[in-house]
Amino acid sequence: MAFSNDEVLAGLAELITDETGISADEVAPEKSFTDDLDIDSISMMTIVVNAEEKFGVTIPDDEVKNLKTVGDAVTFITSNQA
Amino acid sequence: MTRMLIQATGPAHTRIYAYGAARGEVSVPNDDLIGPIDSSDEWIRQRTGIITRTRALPETTAIELATDAAAEAIAKSGIDPQQIDAVIVATVSNPKQTPSVSAIVADRVGANPAAAFDLNAACAGFAYGVAQADALIRAGAAHYVVVVGAEKLSDIVDPTDRSISFLLGDGAGAVVIGPSDTPGIGPTVWGSDGSKAEAVGMNGTLTQFRDGEVPWPTLRQEGPTVFRWAVWEMVKVARQALEAAGVEASDLAAFVPHQANMRIIDEFAKQLKLPDTVVIGRDIETTGNTSAASIPLATHRLLEEHPELSGGLALQIGFGAGLVFGAQVVVLP
Repeated sequence: MAFSNDEVLAGLAELITDETGISADEVAPEKSFTDDLDIDSISMMTIVVNAEEKFGVTIPDDEVKNLKTVGDAVTFITSNQA
Repeated sequence: MTRMLIQATGPAHTRIYAYGAARGEVSVPNDDLIGPIDSSDEWIRQRTGIITRTRALPETTAIELATDAAAEAIAKSGIDPQQIDAVIVATVSNPKQTPSVSAIVADRVGANPAAAFDLNAACAGFAYGVAQADALIRAGAAHYVVVVGAEKLSDIVDPTDRSISFLLGDGAGAVVIGPSDTPGIGPTVWGSDGSKAEAVGMNGTLTQFRDGEVPWPTLRQEGPTVFRWAVWEMVKVARQALEAAGVEASDLAAFVPHQANMRIIDEFAKQLKLPDTVVIGRDIETTGNTSAASIPLATHRLLEEHPELSGGLALQIGFGAGLVFGAQVVVLP
């Protein structure tokens, strides 16, 4: 089953809150993981692995570097769903 | 008629008799390292859990650290050094390729003429060494084996590197392994993945350095890549080691993963769903990451701080440059 953009955004916000304690309200597509949300590389990888499981996608290590904003991640996940 | 060869056989079981430890003489707090990496004490603590790491004086070598650790393990084991017939030293940081560290250590601890060889399996080196010792004894190739993990990583760090250098410390941990009436070392689950050789390791060769093509080679890592592998792939290996040993996480007294990074240790424990009763090795906080030495150093400390762990089961798992990994369940002495 495919997830919509809104569903992926909400799901990601939940994963980000679990890992970092950042309020889900702060998670918006234009937010940068590092500059706005202050998520370090280790937390980012934890979120990525949990997102893979949650949304049934594969996010290769090389791709993680390209996911600068929450919106980048939402786009990658929705366009790579099985 | 051709004579039938005699082939060696050994005892059915082995166990660890005792641990020994030697750490670098100097305690190096985060504040001493933050300048060249434009960082802060808080940044290092938050990302690694390290408050301070032990580093050796310039004149101290990995051979000396290894000798001290081995001597303590032998003394505590009650085994006459002359009965030790193999010495294995896991190390990646001795700046002299040959002769081996192990032959010199064997001589210095009174085990000459024991068989001696060094083993290069980076942060999995100690688990590899325990696997070797167990197999050598049960095959009848040795009776008592000393296994040492020894590193002087401060010789191969770059003060300006933000990927791994600030994590690293110096030290050596050792065990004596010998025959046992009951099983004391579970099956080793080990392996490698050379397709990820570039994820962690030296950033140049000695010949490139000789030819002026690169500065003094130092360690580097792709932190996020290593983190993902070290937690989610290694959790599978840890579960296999438990299953192979016929035990459950709830049977463990202690969990001693390679002391790579506190964040890895915490996430690892979470993924393994360890009950609160399992004591977790967290020596990295004050020792840093000492590669092959980290597991025996952490276990040595656990046994000093929690003597009640003696006789309990410990799951140990090493993972690092290669990539390589090794895990087994052992009975603590």
